[in-house]
Amino acid sequence: MFDETSRFPDLPNAPGVGYKPQHFQNIMDDAGVVGWLEIHAENYMGAGGRPLAQLRHLAERFPVSVHGVGLSIGGEGALDAEHLKRLKHLVDWLNPTVFSEHLAWSSHENAFLNDLLPLPYTNDTLTRVADHIDQLQEVIGRQMMLENPSSYLAFAESTWAEPDFLREVARRTGCGLLLDVNNVFVSATNLTYDPRDYIAAYPLDLVGEIHLGGHDEDTDDHGAPLLIDSHGKPVVDPVWALLDHTLALSGPRPILIEWDNDVPDWPELESEAARAAAALAKVPA
Amino acid sequence: MTVTQTEFRTALLDGAQPTPEGLRNADGRAAGRRFDVYRNNVAVSLTEALETGFPVIRKLLGEENFKGITGIYLRQSPPESPVMMYYGASFPDFLRGFEPLKHIGYLGDVAALEMALRRSYHAADAEAAGGDVLARVPPEQLEQVRLQFAPSVEVLSSPWPIHDIWRFNMVDGADKPRAEAQDVLVTRPEFDPELHLMPTGGGAFVTALMAGAPLGQAAAQATTIAPDFDLGGCLALLLTGHAITTATT
Amino acid sequence: MSDRMKAVTMASAVAAALMMQTSAAEAAKKEKCFGVAKAGQNGCAAGPGTTCAGTSTVDYQGNAWALVDEGTCLEIALPDMADGTPREPALEAMDRDLPS
Repeated sequence: MFDETSRFPDLPNAPGVGYKPQHFQNIMDDAGVVGWLEIHAENYMGAGGRPLAQLRHLAERFPVSVHGVGLSIGGEGALDAEHLKRLKHLVDWLNPTVFSEHLAWSSHENAFLNDLLPLPYTNDTLTRVADHIDQLQEVIGRQMMLENPSSYLAFAESTWAEPDFLREVARRTGCGLLLDVNNVFVSATNLTYDPRDYIAAYPLDLVGEIHLGGHDEDTDDHGAPLLIDSHGKPVVDPVWALLDHTLALSGPRPILIEWDNDVPDWPELESEAARAAAALAKVPA
Repeated sequence: MTVTQTEFRTALLDGAQPTPEGLRNADGRAAGRRFDVYRNNVAVSLTEALETGFPVIRKLLGEENFKGITGIYLRQSPPESPVMMYYGASFPDFLRGFEPLKHIGYLGDVAALEMALRRSYHAADAEAAGGDVLARVPPEQLEQVRLQFAPSVEVLSSPWPIHDIWRFNMVDGADKPRAEAQDVLVTRPEFDPELHLMPTGGGAFVTALMAGAPLGQAAAQATTIAPDFDLGGCLALLLTGHAITTATT
Repeated sequence: MSDRMKAVTMASAVAAALMMQTSAAEAAKKEKCFGVAKAGQNGCAAGPGTTCAGTSTVDYQGNAWALVDEGTCLEIALPDMADGTPREPALEAMDRDLPS
């Protein structure tokens, strides 16, 4: 559909938003500070109709990031060959600016569980994840970015710290990283570490995109805070502060606002993006 | 102490199972409610997917019944693929075979209609034939014409008034369902699937055409069901709905 | 029915279809709508989408459930009997003459 080279070779160091079909007209009329869009790959795997027609129009105007949520890169079994084909088909057709997926698993023995499930950070997991990323990058013919998850619990068997694990995956596969700052905050609260230590250990030079989203607050069996990455609210102030801290270390990056549940009208989403633009404006280029 | 994905998945889908050993809170204690977050994510996200996919079934059964029934279905038939837009393809058959709902005989056919609307929405785009496609065929050859259909066209025949039941639940002020068997046609002239009630015999007619029968034979089949089969009305529906892509003689 | 008559029947049905669809097409003339479905159209047909977010809604038990009286199926009934007794909330399957 598009030229060999993407119409937009890079994501701008500007705010983007997770695209929702109900915002199509707002975005086409006036996207405000929003400079790029992210879509979930799996929502554009139908054969035709409105989703693909909208995407075709948006991709002519905006850089698009394709974010996979269903490949199950951390799965114990082989990657789903059919799903790899669907991803390749979408990437070939759209030629997006970037492609990313999650450090998680979601499918097991022919069942897709529709959630990003956690992995133990062991040498076995590392080998498996790296092999799967190699395979994916081979199939789609481009580099991908891997995103850090939100963690609610830990595995007794883990031997790697998450930032080191991600750094090693990137070293072995040549993949880039997507840093979700809200996920860092959620995981750090749930697993009681300092999110700034996590950021300090994270290979920020490999980060091609930052995610931000809202979370919910609950408590565990013992009354300890339990944060849930629900993407259904505005980003909280401590996460904005963690973003400032991160950007001061990393320099400017493309920043995505993810809002997936109780999606607000466009003006509210755009005002979150404006806050990200303000955070970027404080960072020396 | 390793936790396999088989163990994780088993506990995930069965709230009566203990949390797998080897999953920990930050303080080293066993993960209880923290594991339940994943249980919730899976059950709630799949329930919501079915609510989105089957709004009429949800209204027919009511919120509480629907949640209870989907809670059983999603554990029995979790998605087989990450392409969620097609999740629930086996839900109509599940409803048909679900003992507590046997007395509501139409549920399976109504769910099948909702699934058909979804398939239509995501079907490949197609260039419709011009409205005069049949007018250009010499009258003596009309019987031999074969029609090709857009991928978004769906046809369903039911012993229940599935068109009326769908409308009663989705269209404000729609009449109560009539007690009659109904054939429906789904077309997608642009991006939005449209539901049409077909004249009696219309289901057999379009099904025969889609299977490749020539126009004369398909009309004859419909006439065996409905002697006064409205061929003109059915053809008008197909042409207006941009259902036909080509006509070949 | 002779072949000749069948051809005539076919031709008149096609002619009728053309007349009907011309008027229908005029009535339904609409702009191309890339945005969401217009009011009154079937906006739910897109079906479910993906999720990469969790939920704080607690609902995973899914085993303690019994059918309760709710939903629009209760309103859908065959006409009441002559004495006013409501029939079952379900419709009886109608017999249909299928070609043997």
